[in-house]
Amino acid sequence: MKKVQKITGGIMMGTTALSVIIIIAIIIIMLVVIIIGGKDQLSWKFLTSFPEEGMTKGGIFPAIFGTALMVLIMSVAAVPLGAITAIYLTEYAKDRSWIAISVRFAVRTLAMVPSIIFGLFGLGFFIKFVGGGMDQAFFGGHLTWAQPNILWASLTMALLTLPVVIVSVEESIRTVPRELREASLALGATKWQTIRKIVLPGSRSGILTGTILAVSRGAGEVAPILFTGAAYYLATLPRGLSDQFMSLGYHVYIMSTQSVNVDQTLPIQFATTLVLLMLTFSLNLVAVIIRSRLRKSH
Amino acid sequence: MNSENNNGIPGQEEQKPGTELTGQPAETTEVNTSKFVFSNESLKKQMRPSEFFAEKIITGVAFLSIAVIILIFLFVFRETLPIFSGKAAKKTELSTAKQETYGEAAAESSSGKQEVYGATDDTVVTTESQAGDSLPSYSGNESVTADQVTLKSLAGKTWMPVSENPRYGLLPLIIGTLKITLISILFAAPLAILAALFSAAFAPRWMREIIKPAIELLAGFPSVVIGFFALMVMATFFQHLFGYETRLNAFVGGVAMALAAIPIIFTVTEDVMTAVPSTYKEASLALGASKWQTAFFVTLPAAAPGIFAAVLLGIGRIFGETMIVLMATGNAAMMSLNPFESVRTLSATIGAEMAEVVFGDTHYNVLFLIGTLLFVFTFALNAIAEFYVKGKLMTRLQGKTS
Repeated sequence: MKKVQKITGGIMMGTTALSVIIIIAIIIIMLVVIIIGGKDQLSWKFLTSFPEEGMTKGGIFPAIFGTALMVLIMSVAAVPLGAITAIYLTEYAKDRSWIAISVRFAVRTLAMVPSIIFGLFGLGFFIKFVGGGMDQAFFGGHLTWAQPNILWASLTMALLTLPVVIVSVEESIRTVPRELREASLALGATKWQTIRKIVLPGSRSGILTGTILAVSRGAGEVAPILFTGAAYYLATLPRGLSDQFMSLGYHVYIMSTQSVNVDQTLPIQFATTLVLLMLTFSLNLVAVIIRSRLRKSH
Repeated sequence: MNSENNNGIPGQEEQKPGTELTGQPAETTEVNTSKFVFSNESLKKQMRPSEFFAEKIITGVAFLSIAVIILIFLFVFRETLPIFSGKAAKKTELSTAKQETYGEAAAESSSGKQEVYGATDDTVVTTESQAGDSLPSYSGNESVTADQVTLKSLAGKTWMPVSENPRYGLLPLIIGTLKITLISILFAAPLAILAALFSAAFAPRWMREIIKPAIELLAGFPSVVIGFFALMVMATFFQHLFGYETRLNAFVGGVAMALAAIPIIFTVTEDVMTAVPSTYKEASLALGASKWQTAFFVTLPAAAPGIFAAVLLGIGRIFGETMIVLMATGNAAMMSLNPFESVRTLSATIGAEMAEVVFGDTHYNVLFLIGTLLFVFTFALNAIAEFYVKGKLMTRLQGKTS
């Protein structure tokens, strides 16, 4: 009887261990396949030159540049808004009040909304409503802002990454000891002074982690920019906020599904995927390290 | 508390500055009186507006996320309205024609003609098709007939939006979505839950600290990378393994989507399992149960509502995922339950067709309708996971222990 139990126990434990091994093995296989497929094509020249001959040769510099620019504009919009929302949730909102509950619910819903819906929203709100309104008001109906461009794509992406920033900043604000806050208040500092001088500096690493995670998420997402600003091919870099841009993720997507000769450009596709993966992967790794250090120190 | 009280009454500071202060600030004033008598009042006058505005601005920004949710629904839904009322359709068509001043007029009219042909060929309602027959006067009646045909055909079995006779039957898309969701949840849920159980109940501390970040890194893989991997590697591999005909099909897409859902299910499940009170486990162990019995018969049932929520979140993720299905499923809208045939999901339809559609067209509105469906569904899933399941979990974990 006891022996049977031991064997079943071993099998049960073995199954759980096996599922961990399967998941981690898949991750490793994915990494290895993409690294092997892309490493030959990857070179300094590939990273810094433009696509040539209908994107069958050449590099991916415009895609890298476009992704970086988009992510930059996105962070400028998302990080302050996210940090302020996190401050509200931790410092101002009363925990059980309906406002706090509904803000929290909204943030979680925002994190759940499919990314393609953000794309639709960007099209319906930013491009048609805001852009169309701007064109009517300032450009006399001349088509300037009511079309896909890097600004609308970045703002759409900012909404998508907002919850990432909020969650991460909130988590780090909660690690600021209550005693520090109370000491500051006891010394006569007002609430806003306390937040500015005590809470925010204490949660710097959380804001950093949030920014990194948001950047990594934003760099990898394709669905929201499908019809809000990403372009198939551009001969020049975007010169202003009303220009379209090329993006790494979109480049991978169109090269592997819609280009003329998929097999011929396979090395370029793998290399582009590798670049995208390295980018998001290293950013995530940094965020994980910062976060685990933060958890250990508290 | 003190600063909050001061905020509430900005106009009264000059009348009773001393009596209002209680507690610590009063003590500081007493210390300071020897130097500056007026310092207290001037300080308060400077601070109050900035405090007031800081709080208002912060609260305002916090409401932004609520506003965004509402706006998303409103603006996605707004573009679907023309389907339900012919007048609105005319209106948007006119306004878009105005906005896009160059070159669109020809495209608009040609697409309008297509819709009229659709109405006549469909022969759904004879009187209206007669109205459509008189081609020259299609300005008034045309949009109405086209839209009514659309409403009827939404429940149809064919999705053929770009043709002489456009049909917008959502049924194959819904079946495709459900098929993919089922396949991938069948892979993702057992794997992720068992892995979480191992991490929470069996793994030693050092191992846990490797497993958790490693699986969370999978969440950092962009979906386009997973899609690319599925398209280039997995599809070929599975075709060799099983020997089916279509290389890109629901099975490949489902397995690839499982990779996207595993980290979510794992993380939430693991968190819930570690939150199960240790008294449960200790009681079980003290009664003579072994480690695995405790894990499977105590920890797992105690965390069941949380695991359910985790699976719901995973389903939500799969349901809305676009890039992976767009790349790895073949994108053919078919009415079939065979997992080894191509499918087209709701989200992939939006992703694939929105770029080529004419603004204000019926097709455009139907795509937004699909978006509304997706949004409402994920919203409902999230609401269930949030309120129902969490409430249940709380009562189960806290109500019994306290």
